[in-house]
Amino acid sequence: MSTEQKPAKEGLFSKKNRALLIDPLNSNNPITVQVLGICSALAITVKLKPAIVMGLSVLVVTTMANLITSLMRNMIPNRIRIIVQLVVVAALVILVDQVLKAFVYDVSKQLSVFVGLIITNCIIMGRIEAFSLGNTPWKSVLDGLGNGAAYGGILIIVAFFRELLGNGTLLDYPVVDMLGLYDFGYKNNGMMLLPPMALIVVALIIWVQRAKTPSLIEKD
Amino acid sequence: MNINSNKYTYIFAVVMVVLVAALLSIAATSLKPFQDKNVELEKKSDILRSIGIEGEDADALFAKYITEQLVIQNGAAVESEVSAFDIDMASAVALSAEERQVPLYKAEVEGNTYYVLPLRGKGLWGPIWGYVALEGDGNTILGATFGHKTETPGLGAEIATPIFQDQFPGKKLFTEAYEGIEVRKGDAAGDQQVDGISGGTITSVGVQTMISDCLAPYKKYLMSIAAATAAPAVDTLGLAADTTLITAAL
Repeated sequence: MSTEQKPAKEGLFSKKNRALLIDPLNSNNPITVQVLGICSALAITVKLKPAIVMGLSVLVVTTMANLITSLMRNMIPNRIRIIVQLVVVAALVILVDQVLKAFVYDVSKQLSVFVGLIITNCIIMGRIEAFSLGNTPWKSVLDGLGNGAAYGGILIIVAFFRELLGNGTLLDYPVVDMLGLYDFGYKNNGMMLLPPMALIVVALIIWVQRAKTPSLIEKD
Repeated sequence: MNINSNKYTYIFAVVMVVLVAALLSIAATSLKPFQDKNVELEKKSDILRSIGIEGEDADALFAKYITEQLVIQNGAAVESEVSAFDIDMASAVALSAEERQVPLYKAEVEGNTYYVLPLRGKGLWGPIWGYVALEGDGNTILGATFGHKTETPGLGAEIATPIFQDQFPGKKLFTEAYEGIEVRKGDAAGDQQVDGISGGTITSVGVQTMISDCLAPYKKYLMSIAAATAAPAVDTLGLAADTTLITAAL
């Protein structure tokens, strides 16, 4: 590997490495820029708590999967590399599922099939294939953390608005009721709880993000 | 070593699969006790919820309020090798109504006796289940909770929400005309009917079938409670004495 044979040793948090961690949060966001992992973003963002747990689960899986495949990258036979990636991701997802079932049973029930479906989340397989198979473990961990956090971050933003506007609560805490808005005739918008509204919230985030980051705007 | 040779590829695949399998089995086995405990706690809080009790510590509340757990077969309490709580309803309902051994939970809340019966049936996509709590007369419903595995969200899955469940309190299971609760399409009236879920017809019908099916083994037992509670109730009101006077006057 040419990157490993560099004579000058790179710092753990060199500019390049920091970019690996930070880029996915904005200019290379997996959801809003690469439009990956949309399916689960629609399904589990009705409430904040499952969204946080899902974000953390994906963060753990993508970081660990990146680390493991990066450690094995020189041993994996090229012809079965996709299968190897799948096995690594699937094993991690099953572990996460089992741990959630044992320690946060109610959340695991709300997430139901979507924990299992982390396997099919394009972000994870995408990062392994595109990044960790060709990079050192430390860089892969940073890349995994960055992408996992970016995914989780968007989920949390979407879930924040959906739970607040749709249900009037945050983490099941009745915020709107506390503010006394119901007395003024305020009503929760039940439509926010339906999947299409997640798409609209994601679209609004994309709008705001592009308005703030001119480099993302396509020239025609 | 050539990592792209056939031999290496096979060895790599076999070793990887064995390692991953071992890792996952260890994880599953060591986490099993925690998961089983969660399932047990959920069952306990489901039973408690049907008699209107909710709280953090399901274990303690269950021990406090559930005073007796009976195994019922064919309308009578029987001795069984399996404790009432451990009866698997999925395999119980597969048997005919006469052969079934089913649990009955007796609860005491502030001096009132309640009876909780478990339900298990089929929805549209998979199993549905629930608990019906009866008041001391063994006939009037105090509360009902339902759960499901994979019913359609927004349609069949609505049976697990208060919108559907809140219709049940006050209804009667047994009258001369009908045994069970009928799930109707929008014209529910009277003591034995509730409104189904629009768009969730098969799940709603599943609930109706489940109630009458699961009720069968309890029928005699509940009827005897009903008979026992009805008679002294008349006496305490003094109605029995009054009627004799009236008949005497006539």
